[in-house]
Amino acid sequence: MKTLEELKAIRESMQSQLGLRNESSNRTRVVVGMATCGIASGARPVLTTLSDAVQQKGLTDVTVTQTGCIGLCQYEPIVEVMEPGKDKITYIKMTPEKALEVVEQHLVRGQVVTKYTIAETIG
Amino acid sequence: MYRSHVLVCGGTGCTSSGSTKIIELLQEEINKNGLKDEVAVVQTGCHGLCALGPIIIIYPEATFYSLVQPEDIPEIVSEHLLKGRIVTRLVYKETISEDGIKSLNETDFYKKQKRIALRNCGVINPECIDEYIATNGYEALGRVLTEYTPDQVIQTILDSGLRGRGGGGFPTGLKWKLAKQNEADQKYVCCNADEGDPGAFMDRSVLEGDPHVVLEAMAIAGYAIGANQGYIYVRAEYPIAVERLNIAIKQAREYGLLGKNIFNSGFDFDIDLRLGAGAFVCGEETALMTSIEGNRGEPRPRPPFPAQKGLFGKPTLLNNVETYANIPPIILNGVDWFTSMGTEKSKGTKVFALGGKIHNTGLVEIPMGTTLREVVEEIGGGIPNGKKFKAAQTGGPSGGCIPESHFDVPIDYDNLINIGSMMGSGGLIVMDEDNCMVDIAKFFLDFTLDESCGKCTPCRIGTKRLSEMLDKITNGNGTLEDIEKMEELCYYIKENALCGLGQTAPNPVLSTLRYFKDEYIAHVVDKQCPAGVCKALLSYVIDADLCKGCTLCARICPNGAITGKVKEAHIIDQSKCIKCGACMEKCKFGAISKK
Repeated sequence: MKTLEELKAIRESMQSQLGLRNESSNRTRVVVGMATCGIASGARPVLTTLSDAVQQKGLTDVTVTQTGCIGLCQYEPIVEVMEPGKDKITYIKMTPEKALEVVEQHLVRGQVVTKYTIAETIG
Repeated sequence: MYRSHVLVCGGTGCTSSGSTKIIELLQEEINKNGLKDEVAVVQTGCHGLCALGPIIIIYPEATFYSLVQPEDIPEIVSEHLLKGRIVTRLVYKETISEDGIKSLNETDFYKKQKRIALRNCGVINPECIDEYIATNGYEALGRVLTEYTPDQVIQTILDSGLRGRGGGGFPTGLKWKLAKQNEADQKYVCCNADEGDPGAFMDRSVLEGDPHVVLEAMAIAGYAIGANQGYIYVRAEYPIAVERLNIAIKQAREYGLLGKNIFNSGFDFDIDLRLGAGAFVCGEETALMTSIEGNRGEPRPRPPFPAQKGLFGKPTLLNNVETYANIPPIILNGVDWFTSMGTEKSKGTKVFALGGKIHNTGLVEIPMGTTLREVVEEIGGGIPNGKKFKAAQTGGPSGGCIPESHFDVPIDYDNLINIGSMMGSGGLIVMDEDNCMVDIAKFFLDFTLDESCGKCTPCRIGTKRLSEMLDKITNGNGTLEDIEKMEELCYYIKENALCGLGQTAPNPVLSTLRYFKDEYIAHVVDKQCPAGVCKALLSYVIDADLCKGCTLCARICPNGAITGKVKEAHIIDQSKCIKCGACMEKCKFGAISKK
């Protein structure tokens, strides 16, 4: 390594991964239901897809984490997005493909993907 | 990519409470649950809460599990990592609040801390240079080599007001300036990692948790003073630190961050390790350099100072581990940032190893100017078992005891010297009402007596005579005249010893004499040890009215000193009693007391 640019390249590629260890409270939380019902309907690939996408895009102020059953088992896999100071958005019947859309539209651009939300789907 | 990082403390504290086994089991369970590609297990350095080890932190939730046992691992993996349910019973109780689990940074232990030297300890994997780089590692070196002149580096350190963290508090920038001024064909940069004070482990934690910071800072120092070779003198008793330093040096060389032409600047710098063989005196700078040269570790008179004639007779810069750990952050964040913390003459933070009679034993880093009360009562969580605070000992065998009357003095270099102690390397041992101050003085003096290298008479013989006088006092044979003589001898040793070890050896005696003379007087005049520690001045007695004659004490006594018939009051034969206290501990009726 001979330049500060090379150092910076390593730093940036690592920082997105270390962003996982960020502890600031002012973060967007993306929560995936991972109780038996969630896992059975395919929540794990959704969770890993979300986590990978958030790190790849370097969204260091987003936390992807798990939770248990929220009681709407027939709509699993469920993903909730909680942004500081905003209402919680609940996405249902998620797949890895839909999850990528949520990352791209909602987390990066700030536009809720209405067609997958619980409010839109079951009214 | 991983969706979760499981950080396991791999510092010496947690390693000795079994964290290596924990890591193995975690990996096993993670594989078993098919989470191998989703969850990473990372071994880190010390988090500071050594009393609660082994410690695991799971991100992104930042859940802090303490006192984790091997049998808890399957539950953590299947509940937390698989199903996302936090295992509440294992969570550090200070982080549990009514609104769920709060961040570790909001707990009493961490809230008042400001981690600069320890910023990466417990956060990154010390065996991975990329993680260090991710936290802006080697950025300071890169900037210094490409943007700064050596004089600008020195001016920055001078302006920051950084003072030596090894104990003396000499201005670091001035030391660098002096080392630069002396022209020579060869200069050296050394790191003093021969941490030897009883109860102090600040430097070990930095070396174990963030070894690259020391390498980076030494290279910066080398550039500033014009040296291209560095030596880290580290105790052989720190095997984990030695191993991680070796890994770090190897990685830095592979990346070209040590070696020839670093950052294309034409500057060469390399570092080698030298292991100390366990002599306390080798923490003294001239003895340390003598030891690196391959000779017996003995100090020599100064001047000439190391900056003039140091290692192999060449100008040498020697700083302590924690001092180096402050250098890259100062370069990156600027002088104003650093000087915004601390007191007028002591800037920045200081790491202390909290030990003794205190709840949260471990490592804390506080801004200079924090009071002893804040450290003991808030960060340290107070004294266990409702006992009363008596004194805090700082500075190890070179320091002194601070009594409760100075509890609110802001901690900095000058204040501590004014009240008869010193900053020292950062050991902070808390004592309660059950500690005898004469006994404490004797403990530290016996340490320096043992460790005296024997080169100069005041230290070699003076500490021996001092120890004999303290023996006499704790055995109940002392006189008031002995106390006077002892004080006189203390000053004589301070003025005449060759090196820092001898010059500071009497400090524990002098400071206890200053603040706890009544205890010395109780030992010589009343022939009593108020704290009930000095065995020769104690006797255990059985209260005949309370004794039920259960015979338990007689059976437990290891020396057969207790006699009596069943259901009749027992008696202790004082000539046979070895004062172990076993009988008092066992008695169910509170009939045995010590006087």
